[in-house]
Amino acid sequence: MKLKTILMAGAASAMMTSAALATDLTIVSWGGAYSNSQNEAYHKPYMAQNPDVTIINDESSAEAVAKLRAMNEAGNITWDLVDVLASDAIRLCDEGLAEEIDFDEELAPAPDGTPASEDFGDLIVADCFIPQIVYSTTFGYRTDIEAWKGKEPDDICDVFDLETFPGKRALEKRPINNMEWALLCDGVAKDDVYDVLETDEGVARALAKLDTIKDQTVWWSAGAETPQLLADGEVAIGSTYNGRLFSLIEEQKQPVKILWDAQVFDLDGWIVPAGLSDERKAAVMKYLRFATDTQRLADQAKYISYGPARKSSAPLVGKHATLGIDMAPHMPTDPANAKNTFLYNYEWWADYRDDLDAKFQAWLSK
Amino acid sequence: MNMHPQSDPQVLTTRDGTPLKVSLAKALRREKLRSLALIAPLLIFILVTFAAPIADMLLRSVENGIVENTLPKTVNALSGWDVTSSQLPGEPVYKALYEDLKVATAEKTHTRLGSRLNYEASGMSSLFRKTGRRIKRMDEAGPFAEQFIDIDKDWGDLATWRLLKRYSPKYTPGYFLNAADAQLTADGIAMKPENERIYLLLFARTLFLSLTITLCCLLLGYPIAFLLASLPLRSANLLMILVLLPFWTSLLVRTSAWKVLLQQEGVINDFLVWIGVIGDASRLVMINNKTGTIIAMTHILLPFMILPLFSVMKTISPSYVRAAKSLGATDWTAFWRVYFPQTVPGIGAGAILVFILAIGYYITPELVGGTDGIFISNRIAYHISSSLNWGLAAALGVILLGAVLLLFYVYDKIVGIDNVKLG
Repeated sequence: MKLKTILMAGAASAMMTSAALATDLTIVSWGGAYSNSQNEAYHKPYMAQNPDVTIINDESSAEAVAKLRAMNEAGNITWDLVDVLASDAIRLCDEGLAEEIDFDEELAPAPDGTPASEDFGDLIVADCFIPQIVYSTTFGYRTDIEAWKGKEPDDICDVFDLETFPGKRALEKRPINNMEWALLCDGVAKDDVYDVLETDEGVARALAKLDTIKDQTVWWSAGAETPQLLADGEVAIGSTYNGRLFSLIEEQKQPVKILWDAQVFDLDGWIVPAGLSDERKAAVMKYLRFATDTQRLADQAKYISYGPARKSSAPLVGKHATLGIDMAPHMPTDPANAKNTFLYNYEWWADYRDDLDAKFQAWLSK
Repeated sequence: MNMHPQSDPQVLTTRDGTPLKVSLAKALRREKLRSLALIAPLLIFILVTFAAPIADMLLRSVENGIVENTLPKTVNALSGWDVTSSQLPGEPVYKALYEDLKVATAEKTHTRLGSRLNYEASGMSSLFRKTGRRIKRMDEAGPFAEQFIDIDKDWGDLATWRLLKRYSPKYTPGYFLNAADAQLTADGIAMKPENERIYLLLFARTLFLSLTITLCCLLLGYPIAFLLASLPLRSANLLMILVLLPFWTSLLVRTSAWKVLLQQEGVINDFLVWIGVIGDASRLVMINNKTGTIIAMTHILLPFMILPLFSVMKTISPSYVRAAKSLGATDWTAFWRVYFPQTVPGIGAGAILVFILAIGYYITPELVGGTDGIFISNRIAYHISSSLNWGLAAALGVILLGAVLLLFYVYDKIVGIDNVKLG
């Protein structure tokens, strides 16, 4: 009896002291160079300002949606903040697994006083999603291919042109982006792409266009595959995220260039899991207010070539932290790179993803 | 005739008069209970961590309470509506829908229902999201049908209501039908259009590739196991380490190593071009297809074949073969008629181990399988982590489990499970 009381008192006091002394924030992200950029730009300065906070990194973003759903079913949310793609944020929001955010109330305004909701502008694609970076999915190509006779691809449709640009392609093993590019090169106007893709004929048309390069294509599922394939000379042209190509070109000095034409913009950002205790939520929101302010978003671009999601951050983007090169020309949003861009339609894909995926996978396995 | 045991002189009894049979049965039962109590912790552990999750998964593949839980009044009002009718449901149904959605929007469950129904028909997700946003601005006095159709014309589409009606029961065969490339339509069950069929093909491929991999493992593993069993202990141990070494290396490292070896600009192709077997333009495609999956998985699963074979071969006395030879058998006859039959239990154990591991494999096919070398487990993983269609993933898992159990049964009939030996 006595022992039990002592034990309980001990446990209770241990819990109380740890709560009073330190806050642990478990932040989930993608790992690799991307997590590193967040660590340098957000985590380290925040922990320096708040010595009582410890940030624990978890690299589970790729499975975040499924894991959050499982945690929610189990009634035990162990994550405080999760970095996800915008499309996943929409799903999480739809499933009630992410907290809705009041942008102007909870996030810092721009230095000139513009409220956060205006500073992020159109990039707020879901009520639960705080955008962080703009990245793009685009093509990299090798510059040393003799069969191309000195020509270099400068148009998205060159990807489908096996005569002028022979060689293997690398494309992602899912319909998103590939279907849009195929239709664009099959003569569909940019604004009509999703209307066409909604019909069975449109899907058939896109797949028929992809059929022309199918036997020359390597299909990837992880973002790191294309840079590897390009470096090994396994493929001549391949799609991947622009940040991966940046490190392939600037850090690893491979003979590769970026084809910016018809790059597809996409967003990545934070969600706060639904069902956190008030105390934990307050700690997360305090961190978020800091990590999504104008300066922090601009700082992140020192470490990785993704564009900051706030309009007010763009002028503050400087040089790469170790390479010392200007980062602005490497941003997907730089005017020279963004002459022709394609905006990913989240709402549309949320509706048609399952359907198109079935068709695309059936086509792939034929 | 008196059947009472106590008065029957033929029946043996214990000292207190109970028949020996009854007393023995009681003692045995006590014994059984005691042993049951001893294994109880393990039994409970297995039930909780193994049987219960499987049961839960089985349930998920048919469970469909979400429609009725989210739209209880609508489901109730729809019960009077005929699914084959060519008329839209009446105003009371729309009124019920309004009331249900008002509650659902406040609880934010309408979007969840939307994504559930979107698995069956594209567009449902945005229909529910859009309707949820506009529900607050609707006129509470009605008319509701008109207002709903005004929000989205899909509410005036028969297909929407048929879908709701078809998926309102608490349990649905829908996921299993999807998993077999079929679907529920107005005229009953029908196959999906040709360009959406994928799962039957993947099941067949998974079985075929797993069998091929098992066979490859057997062909490669048998001679190695034989060598291991017949060499003197010292060299056998060294060889054993070589067998086990890759076993201790990370799976991902081994799979990536195969990429380096097999790719078109890889080591093997470079070597073949260098010695002039193939031209530079016609390099072999050995990865990102079936071949890649078979090679990489055979390598990874080989130890699971070698180890049971080795432990069985180790117990076979060399004097049998010697005796056969001294009686005039040729080398081949001695091997085939005397040695080989004794290794069958090892083959059985190895084959079943490799096959069952192969059939559920996921990461290696994903990395080296390309498009025609992926397994059904890759689709299950996709539905668990990406599309979030856990019902379909569960149905696919149940079918896979059923297939394995069926094969196990057939195997038992042909080889006999008593003939399987791990050493």
